[in-house]
Amino acid sequence: MAWANNVLRVNLTEGTTSNEPLNMEWAGLYLGQRGLATKYLAEEIDPKCDALGSGNKLIMTTGPLTGTMASTGGRYSVVTKSPLTGAVACSNSGGFIGAELKAAGYDMIIFEGKSPRPVYLYVENDKVEIAPADEIWGQSVWAADEWLHKKYQDPLLRIAAVGRAAEKGCLYAAVVNDLHRAAGRSGVGTVMASKNLKAVAVRGTKGVGNIKDPGAFMQAVNAGKKVLAENAVTGQGLPTYGTQVLMNVINEVGAMPTRNMREVQFEGASKISAEAMHEPRESDGKPNLVTNAGCFGCTIACGRISTIDRGHFSIENKPQYWGASGGLEYEAAWALGSDTGVDDIDALTYANFICNEDGIDPISFGATVAAAMELYQIGAITKEQTGGVELKFGSAEALAWATEVTCRGEGFGLDLGMGSKRLCEKYGHPDLSMTVKGQEFPAYDPRGIQGMGLTYATSNRGACHLRSYTVSSEVMGVPEKTDPLVTEGKPELVKAFQDATSIVDSSGLCVFTTFAWTLEDIAPQVAAACGGDWTAESMLEAGERIWNLEREFNLAAGLTAADDTLPKRLLTEPAQTGPAKGNVNRLHEMLPKYYEVRGWNEQGVPTDETRQRLSL
Amino acid sequence: MQHVIIGAGPAGVIAAETLRKTDPSCSIKLIGDETEPPYSRMALPYYLIDDIDEAGTYLRKSDTHYEDLDIEIIRDRAASVDPDAHTLELESGATVNFDKLLIATGSHPIRPPIPGLDSPGVHSCWTLEDGRNIAQNASKGSDVILMGAGFIGCIILEALAERGVNLTVIEMEDRMVPRMMNQTAGNLIKQWCLDKGVSVLTSTRVEAIEQDAGRLSVKLDNGEQLGADVVISATGVRANTGFLEGSGIETDFGVLVNDRLQSSHPDVYAAGDVCQGRDFSTGEFSVQAIQPTAADHGRIAAMNMCGRDTRHQGSVNMNVLDTMGLVSTSYGLWMGVEGGESAELVDAEGYRYISLQFQDDVLVGAQALGLTNHVGVLRGLIQTKLKLGKWKDHLLHDPTRIMEAYLGATQSIGHNAALL
Amino acid sequence: MLRALQIEPEKCTGCLQCELACSYQAEGVFNPAKSRIKVFTFHDEGRFIPYTCTQCSEAWCMHACPVEAIVLNEETGSKDVLADVCVGCKVCTIACPFGTVNYNQDTKVVYKCDLCGGDPECAKACPTAAITYVDADHTGLARMRAHAAASAN
Repeated sequence: MAWANNVLRVNLTEGTTSNEPLNMEWAGLYLGQRGLATKYLAEEIDPKCDALGSGNKLIMTTGPLTGTMASTGGRYSVVTKSPLTGAVACSNSGGFIGAELKAAGYDMIIFEGKSPRPVYLYVENDKVEIAPADEIWGQSVWAADEWLHKKYQDPLLRIAAVGRAAEKGCLYAAVVNDLHRAAGRSGVGTVMASKNLKAVAVRGTKGVGNIKDPGAFMQAVNAGKKVLAENAVTGQGLPTYGTQVLMNVINEVGAMPTRNMREVQFEGASKISAEAMHEPRESDGKPNLVTNAGCFGCTIACGRISTIDRGHFSIENKPQYWGASGGLEYEAAWALGSDTGVDDIDALTYANFICNEDGIDPISFGATVAAAMELYQIGAITKEQTGGVELKFGSAEALAWATEVTCRGEGFGLDLGMGSKRLCEKYGHPDLSMTVKGQEFPAYDPRGIQGMGLTYATSNRGACHLRSYTVSSEVMGVPEKTDPLVTEGKPELVKAFQDATSIVDSSGLCVFTTFAWTLEDIAPQVAAACGGDWTAESMLEAGERIWNLEREFNLAAGLTAADDTLPKRLLTEPAQTGPAKGNVNRLHEMLPKYYEVRGWNEQGVPTDETRQRLSL
Repeated sequence: MQHVIIGAGPAGVIAAETLRKTDPSCSIKLIGDETEPPYSRMALPYYLIDDIDEAGTYLRKSDTHYEDLDIEIIRDRAASVDPDAHTLELESGATVNFDKLLIATGSHPIRPPIPGLDSPGVHSCWTLEDGRNIAQNASKGSDVILMGAGFIGCIILEALAERGVNLTVIEMEDRMVPRMMNQTAGNLIKQWCLDKGVSVLTSTRVEAIEQDAGRLSVKLDNGEQLGADVVISATGVRANTGFLEGSGIETDFGVLVNDRLQSSHPDVYAAGDVCQGRDFSTGEFSVQAIQPTAADHGRIAAMNMCGRDTRHQGSVNMNVLDTMGLVSTSYGLWMGVEGGESAELVDAEGYRYISLQFQDDVLVGAQALGLTNHVGVLRGLIQTKLKLGKWKDHLLHDPTRIMEAYLGATQSIGHNAALL
Repeated sequence: MLRALQIEPEKCTGCLQCELACSYQAEGVFNPAKSRIKVFTFHDEGRFIPYTCTQCSEAWCMHACPVEAIVLNEETGSKDVLADVCVGCKVCTIACPFGTVNYNQDTKVVYKCDLCGGDPECAKACPTAAITYVDADHTGLARMRAHAAASAN
């Protein structure tokens, strides 16, 4: 079974909670987490609702393998309608709270309505309380975390919270759990704060016990762990260098978006790379990286725990930041660094800490700062708006300042909190926003990696690398190498990656396992845990079903095929350096074919035949 | 060598076993006055709620345990001791000779000077026999008054509540378990009991118990008069030293001993509740009357009786109590020390409490409510006088991080370092 | 020869595979809250320290037990809780100076590491060999050196 078969429904308007059994028919079709919660959302809210209104719902959801011993089986997702994109949002996070929620006996929590006053939710197995959050409203995630731990006198309480940025309406605010893991993208934290819900604190001591076939499960789990251990990426690359292993690689490929994606290579890449994080500092002889760390049950352990140089301008008088905390992942390092032109690794680490402390998505934030820097450069934004700060590309001081004001929701930080699309519109240059469906790009320039252009354009949550990571194939050769500059075959590749990722995101596992695992490795674990007919084929089909469900939600929300596109810059301004020199992204060569292989009509709408085939 | 032990509680039994282990050829006589095999008082409450049968309370489970160790059990009571003659008179009239004598006679419940305390229906709760009596009389729906909310009182609270009696607790101090918990914690325990439907009257004394038409009537100092079917007196215990009168063995609250647990006579030792041994925290000699101390004493006294010079460094006073599901613990100088620092967290709604007491950067005392994980490390921190360094500041900030403090401060020693 | 759990915290990533394996073996559920081994996180220092019973020869818990519910396993050297004998008085939990005997409020008995009867699951589950089950005196020298080096720092 593996599911807890229990949904916690929290009506914030009324201040009531109730339990209901999980819809097992849907679980058979959508598995769990991303797929299943999206099904609940699609059934329960009006897709056209105001994302920040009381009509929206917010679902914290686990997968069937969450809380089990399956490697990486600690994931949870936050599913809601995004205020940033107006599309469906599903942000996935690791850490420990997902497993804790499962151990407390819940598959998901559905938050409805809006509390009349700030509250937090406390869950201790069957004991559920909506409690006043007045003492932590207006405080950072870290402050709320500490307050809750001390209040309940329980070091093992697992906490997810929103920070001041979310309270102040920053549209890409994250839900941060376990201090430095985050359901980061699409503004799911903004939705949480809009409901006056400050935090969710969970303690589960029941555990996960209802494994369908324990013998087969442990066998599959151990086989899976062995594959991860023996794979070069998951066994060595990620634990040693983290996702930052990519910094130099992607830069060499010529797909490193730089200075608001004007360029495709960053001259400072090596200074902010994984290798740089290992280099002892001059000041104290210690490297930026303290250790790697694993999320719940994860045998890869790609997480970075870092410190900032105590003499660095950002923290020299702030001892509260002298300790170690979650360090730079590749996406954060790119967005905060390459995209803003800042090559100061301590400044980036500081900005990253602050993003965690107050809960914002460093990708959207960094990309928004990059857009603001370009607007500043062309004079559309001036010192009048920044209060005298020189918002120049490459300025570590400007980055540190921008992070602080955005996280606290002060002054120009409120403009930055709107995200790149709204910022560029406000200052009269909408074309300078590097976004799809209003969400900022991640760290792969689609001029240098063609498949990623189609990935971004068609992603159901706006620009995102975690919806189909074709970099895996186009750069790393996993599962097989394709040419990053060729468009042929990419529609099929993108579809396959999208479908597979959808189901992995619905299982409770981390998508990083797929550097080593195929669905052939995952299906036996799911089947043994859940029972039922879960094979690689049926999982892929469920993945396709989930993708189409999300698509239909977006169409119903008012998005159209016209939103499946890229910013003009990427379609018309060729890469100036590197292997991709002279290339733009050739989306037009891929999109029609993509619709076709998806079984969608020319307007990007699933045909009746497709809907029927997928039991939608 | 002839060893005689008076008292078959934990201290006596552990001493007997230690003697046998240390000296395979000596003679060991263990004198106990109760009819059952040696049993544990700690287990009585669980016997009262039928969690365990009588055998479940026995200190040792094997029927032939004492036989196997060649320990002779004598069912009798010591009447008097003549240390210089190395003889012991028993109540049956028999005389026992010894080379070394261990006094482990334990303690008995205090009988407060209250008129009517002898009335039928008034019980102590100290022996297995008492337990049986209470179990028989305190039946569902009957009115039971428990005098004393100390350790023993609280430990049988649950047993009584589970029997479905209407329970009233009367405690003369201003809180529950006053010798173990401070005002905050003691009152949280009281509130917990009130929430569970037990009435608790603190700062209240029983003035008299009268018989009233087959029932009891308990008169309180606040003028109230409560009817009861059963009254249980649990107002404290005192060391069993009466038989030592005239023996020349010096006593105070208990038998006075040195660091070898040797009494004022070199061939007579004392252990357990009857022994006024060294308190680790204060350095003073006092009666602790707790199980772990009895175990410490029994072992150390026996070593010395065999001629192995073993010093008692003092026992850390510690208690753990389960009051109707609320677990409370206290250690050492839980009330704090002059000039020391303390850290405290209170969650009254959640019935969670922790308080740590420091002298310089060493933990010297602690108390907690609702802490069931890793609680023993408090003993480790206190007993090793671990210098906490920066970890003291961490604990002042968040006193729940006791394991982190211990591991953080000892990490260089490493796991299993002594063994590996 | 007796074997012991050797823990090298510097290798630990805090993934809790050991706690999952332990609880599954001991309780039949994946439940870190009931694990006999616990990983302690030192967030500010970026350190993780797995910790469990050292099976110390003093065996404070065993001596403190009033009803002989904690017994020596002659084969492995572990001190095992006999759940059907334990009355739940918790004296062992306050007596163990390492804090590695815990009380389970659901079952009303205490629990501690029993080395899984000589084949500890935590060691098998650990992906980084931070927990290994080794001959007790085999690595004595290495540990002493490590200790000396650490103390010197």
